[in-house]
Amino acid sequence: MTLNDLIFLRPELILLVTAIVLFILDIAGRRPDPVTATRQPKPWLPYVALIGLAAAALGLLPGLGQTAQVATMLAADPFAIFFKALAIIGVALVILTAIPYMRTRTPYRGEFYALLLIATVAICLAVSATNFVMLYLAMEFLSITSYILAGFFREDRKSGEAAIKYFLYGATASAVMLYGMSLLYGATGTTDFGGVAQALGKLGGSDLVWLGGPAIILMLVGFGFKASLVPFHQWAPDTYEGAPTPVTAFLSTASKATGFAILIRVFLVALGGLQPLWAALLAAVAILTMTLGNLTAIRQTNIKRMLAFSSIAQAGYILIGVAAATTGGSAAASPFGGVNGVLIYLLAYLVTNVGAFAAVIAIENRSGKVAISDYAGLARRAPWLAVTLFIFLLSLAGIPPTAGFVGKLFVLARPCARR
Amino acid sequence: MTNSLLTIITFVPLLGAILTLLPWGKWLGLDKAREERLIKNGAIAISLLPLGLAIALAAGFNPAAAGFQFEIKVPWITALNVHYHLGVDGLSVPLIFLTTFLTTLGLWYSARTIKTRVREFFFLFLLLETGMTGVFVSLDLVLFYVFWELGLVPMYLLIGVWGQPKDKPQYSAIKFFLYTMAGSVLMLLAIIGVYLSVGTFDIVEAAKLKPFADNFLMASLAFWAFFIAFAIKVPSWPFHTWLPDAHTAAPTAGSVILAGVMLKLGAYGILRINLPIFPDTFKAYGLVVVILGVISIVYGALVSLAQWDLKRLIAYSSVSHMGYVLLGAGAAGLAVGSKELVDSGAMALNGAALTMFNHGISTGALFFLVGVIYERAHLRDLKMFGGLSSKLPYYYGLFAVTAFTSLGLPGLAGFWGEFFVFRGAFDIVSIWAAVGVLGIVLTAAYILWKIVQYVFLGQYDPHKIEHWTDPATGAEGHEPTDVARFEKITLWPLVFFMVLIGVFPAVLLNFFNGTFVALLTGLVGK
Repeated sequence: MTLNDLIFLRPELILLVTAIVLFILDIAGRRPDPVTATRQPKPWLPYVALIGLAAAALGLLPGLGQTAQVATMLAADPFAIFFKALAIIGVALVILTAIPYMRTRTPYRGEFYALLLIATVAICLAVSATNFVMLYLAMEFLSITSYILAGFFREDRKSGEAAIKYFLYGATASAVMLYGMSLLYGATGTTDFGGVAQALGKLGGSDLVWLGGPAIILMLVGFGFKASLVPFHQWAPDTYEGAPTPVTAFLSTASKATGFAILIRVFLVALGGLQPLWAALLAAVAILTMTLGNLTAIRQTNIKRMLAFSSIAQAGYILIGVAAATTGGSAAASPFGGVNGVLIYLLAYLVTNVGAFAAVIAIENRSGKVAISDYAGLARRAPWLAVTLFIFLLSLAGIPPTAGFVGKLFVLARPCARR
Repeated sequence: MTNSLLTIITFVPLLGAILTLLPWGKWLGLDKAREERLIKNGAIAISLLPLGLAIALAAGFNPAAAGFQFEIKVPWITALNVHYHLGVDGLSVPLIFLTTFLTTLGLWYSARTIKTRVREFFFLFLLLETGMTGVFVSLDLVLFYVFWELGLVPMYLLIGVWGQPKDKPQYSAIKFFLYTMAGSVLMLLAIIGVYLSVGTFDIVEAAKLKPFADNFLMASLAFWAFFIAFAIKVPSWPFHTWLPDAHTAAPTAGSVILAGVMLKLGAYGILRINLPIFPDTFKAYGLVVVILGVISIVYGALVSLAQWDLKRLIAYSSVSHMGYVLLGAGAAGLAVGSKELVDSGAMALNGAALTMFNHGISTGALFFLVGVIYERAHLRDLKMFGGLSSKLPYYYGLFAVTAFTSLGLPGLAGFWGEFFVFRGAFDIVSIWAAVGVLGIVLTAAYILWKIVQYVFLGQYDPHKIEHWTDPATGAEGHEPTDVARFEKITLWPLVFFMVLIGVFPAVLLNFFNGTFVALLTGLVGK
C-alpha cells in the first residue's frame, strides 16, 4: 500500500474523519441542563454529517472512469463508484428525513448520524472488495453498525426486538457465508476473486460443480440476508417495523443495494465460470422472492411492514437482472446488456423507496400512526403529502411515467434478450 | 405548426390539469364556491382548445394521401432507440375527435353534478384526456405504453373516489386497475420482444420489418400478449368481468369516458399493432378472434337481457357491441394476403371502426341519460321505473333516439357499423357472421323490452319513487322534472352526430376506408 492508493480512498477517509469529528462534537462542551438534568444535543450536528457526505461525493469525482487496484484487496472501478455514489445519496436522503424524526424521540442524536456515516464507510469498502477476507470484514462492519442503528431507541421494546432479530439472523447468515468462502479457499488456495476464478477455471466438470455448488449456496445465504431474498428474508418485516423509520429506509435501500453489489461482483467475477449453476439458482430465488414478497405485502396492515414486504418483492425483480446478467460478448454492448438493468433499477428504487419512507416518516411525525387504515382521508388532510406518497407508490408498482417503470423495463428486457 | 399540432392536442389538457391545482382562490381572493366555479369553467374552456384543434386536424387531414400525417419524430431515449414519434392516419383522426368531444361534454356535465372534491375531479379528468389522446397519436411502442398506463391512474381514482358508495367503488376501481395492469405486463413483455426481434420500438418500422417473421412460436406469443392486453380493455369475453363493476360504480362522466373512449383504446390497439405488425399471425388466429367476437356479441346481449340495473345493462351491452369490432377485425385478419378478399376485409375493418366511433357516441349518450335519471331518482332499478314517458316526454325523446341508435336502426349511426361488419364478415366467415347476426335481434330485445318498456311505457305509479330531485335547482319534490337545460346541452350534440352519421356515414368512411384499403393492399404484396 502506497500513499498513492490513499487517493482512491478519499470518500472513505472523509466519511471516517467526519464520523469521528461528529462523535467528538457531540460530547464536547456539553453540560447537563441544571434543571432537567438532561443534555441538550447540538441541532446542527446532522448538517455536519451532510457536509461530510457532500465532500465524500466530491471525493468520488476524480476517480470517475478509472480502473485501479487499491492495496490489493479493493477495486476502484466504475461499478464501485456507482454503488458508493448510490450509498452516499441514499444516506444523505435518510439523514434529511431523520432530522425531524429524531428530534422528538431521543436526546442521543449525534452518534446516530456518526453511525450512519460509519455504515456508509462499510458500504464503500464492501462494494469495492475484491478479496473474500476484505469482503467479509466489510460486511461484518456494515452488519454490526446496522444492528446498533436498528436498536437505536433503547427504551423502545420494538426497536430492541428489531435489533436482536436482525443480529441473530445476521450472525447466523454471516457464519454460513464464511463457511462457503472457506470452501472456496480450500479448493483454490486463494481468497482473491481473480485468483479464485483462475483456479476454478483449471478445474473441470464435476469437480467444479461439487466444489462450487455448495460454496455458491452457502454464500448466497449471506448475500441474500443483506438483500432480503426469500428464504433469507424473515428478519426483514420485524426489523423494518421496529427499527427507527429512517433506519428502515436505510436498510431497505443503501444496505440492500450493497447486498446486490457484493452478489454481482462475487458471482460474476469470482464464480463467472459457474454461471449456468448460479443463474438457475438465482432465477428460482428471484421467482420465490417476488411472489412471496408481493403476496404477503397484500395482507399487511402496518405501512412499514407493507413496505418491508414490498422491498422484498423488489429484491426479487432486481435479482432477475442479476440472474440474466451477461459478461462480455455482443449482447453486453446492447443497452439491456451487462448488469445495466440492475443498476438502473437500484437507482430508481433507492429514490422511490427513500421517498416513500420519507412520506411515512412525515406522517408518523405528525400523527404517530403507522397503520394503513390511519391513512384514510390523507388526501383531505395533507394533499401534497398524499400526492407525493401516491407517486412513490406508483413508482414502486412500476407505472409509467415513473422511474420504477424504467427500472422494470430494463430488468425485464434482459432475460427476454437471452431467450 | 403542423408538426406540433398533435403535441398541442395531447398536452394542452395536461397543462390545464396542472392549472387546476394552483391556489386560484388565494391569489384572486375568491371564496371556495367561486373558486370551484372558476376551476369548472376553466377546465371546460381549456378542453375546448383540443376539441377545436381536433376538428382542425380532421379538416387538415388528407384522406387520399398514404401513410401517417402530422408526423413528428424526435429522439427521446437514444440509448434504447426510443423516439417521441407521433402521427395520425384515417383511423386515429376520428377517434381523437371522439376523445376531445366526449371529454368536453363530460366536463360540462360534471361541472353541474360533481359536488365533492371539485379540484381533484377536474384535474384527473384533464389528465385522463392526455393519456387517451396520447395513445391515439403514439407511433412508438414505449410512448404508446406510457400513455396507455397514464390513463389508467386517473380512471382508477375517478371510479374509486367519486363512485356511488353503495356500488362498492373501491372494489370496482381496484378490479379495473388490476385487470388492465395484468394485460399491460403482457404488453410490456411483447413490446420488449418486438424490440429484441427487429431492434426498434417504432410501430411503423416494426410493421415493415415484421418481428419474428421466421419464428411462429415467438410471433404467436407476442401476438397473444398484445391481443390479451387489448382484449381486456375492449373488453372481450372472457376478460370482461371488470367492466360491469367499473361502470356501475363510476360517476356518470367517468362511465361515459370509460365506455366512449377507453374501450376504444383496446380495439384501436388491435387495429394499430396486432394487425399491421403481426399480419400472418393474425391470419393464423383470425378465426379465434372472430369466435371471441361472436361470443362477446351473443353473450353480452344475453346477459344484458337479464339485468335489472339500468347501468349494468348498458355496461353489458358494451361487451356485445364491442364484439362487432372484434368480429370485423378477426374477419379482416383472415383476409390478410388474399387479393380477392381485400375488399371484404376493408369493409369489415370499416365496420369495426364505425362501430367504435358510433358506440362511443351512443353509449356515451346512454350513460349520460342514465346519469340524468339517477340524479333525479337516486336509483337505477328497472322495476322501480315505468310510465315515465308521460312525465318526462323530452327525456323519453332523447332516450329513444339514442336507444334506437344503439340497436342499429337504419338511418341512425349504429346501423352502419353493423352493416359494414356483416357485409365484410359474411364474405369471409359466413357461418360465424350468421351466428353474430343473432346479436342484433337480442339487442333489439333488451333495448325495447328492458329499457323502453320498463322505464317509459305503462302506467306511471307515483308511489314507486316518492322523492325526486331536480338536479338543476337541487329542489326535492314528489314529481320528476324533465331534462334541464345543461343536460340538453350535453345530449343534443350527441344526438346530432347520431343522425348525421346515420344519414351520411361518408363523413367517417372518408377517413377509414382509404387507410384500411391501403393497409390490406399493402399486406397482399408480402
